[in-house]
Amino acid sequence: MIGVSAFYILSAIAIASAFCVVAARNPVHSVLFLILTFFTSAGLFVLLGAEFLAMLLIVVYVGAVAVLFLFVVMMLDIDFAELKAGFFTYLPFGGLIALILFGQFTLVGGAWVEKKVAASALAAPTPAPDMVSNAEAIGRILYTDYIFLFQAAGIILFIAMVGAIVLTLRHRDGVRRQNVMAQVARNRATGVELTDPAPGQGIRL
Amino acid sequence: MIGLAHYLTVAAALFTIGVFGIFVNRKNVIVILMSIELILLAVNINLVSFSSFLGDMMGQVFAMFVLTVAAAEAAVGLAILVVYFRNRGNIAVEDLNLMKG
Repeated sequence: MIGVSAFYILSAIAIASAFCVVAARNPVHSVLFLILTFFTSAGLFVLLGAEFLAMLLIVVYVGAVAVLFLFVVMMLDIDFAELKAGFFTYLPFGGLIALILFGQFTLVGGAWVEKKVAASALAAPTPAPDMVSNAEAIGRILYTDYIFLFQAAGIILFIAMVGAIVLTLRHRDGVRRQNVMAQVARNRATGVELTDPAPGQGIRL
Repeated sequence: MIGLAHYLTVAAALFTIGVFGIFVNRKNVIVILMSIELILLAVNINLVSFSSFLGDMMGQVFAMFVLTVAAAEAAVGLAILVVYFRNRGNIAVEDLNLMKG
């Protein structure tokens, strides 16, 4: 019973906050509603028995992606009210498309017949939850059967990191930077100069 | 009792809201990127609910890969956005015709 009410509460909050993401006037509010959507979706994952993915969703999406969005929104100096101008112009067309799309999804979902699938047809049958935890069950197939895909995911993240750094890194002229090599290469001959100025005269450096 | 269809309906609603967000926020790239994140989240909910109801762990593994790609996509997309803002001073998508593709 508590699972049923939890599902309805979580999904209602998720859908409402997802709508607020696209409808909010202030993009900072959009990001905060996005975080709420991710949190409630993580709750839905917990209801589905996928605890590991729920925690991953919070760590990756809320901890990294949403904070990145927040950072970019706050860093860019943009008049967001002007960007919001076309909202009501596109509202009828977008609403129509959305209604048609949702109707089609509902039809497809309604056509789905739930029936027992033979265990031999499953790629990786879920072990009994009291024997193996969810994270361990994922690890057992992720690090064995799908190890190459796991490595490929790591390479994708690495390339994305390098790409983001290369895109945003810039060298501005006129910025004084520490040159470690020049500092280390200094010796007595280049660093110290002995002069013997005549009395009453200065020296020119 | 909550069945597979309930979760599919939630995922369909989230997906639809994501597509709707792309349509109504034609000028604002940041909200478009957030809509794409919503769409990927809906896909993840679909994968995990099928995984849970069919008793197959593969869906959760696949959802993890989708999560990875979504994170990479957000990072690169926002980096492109920052570079574009640095060069042009605004982020209006309607002016994105520099390459005349």
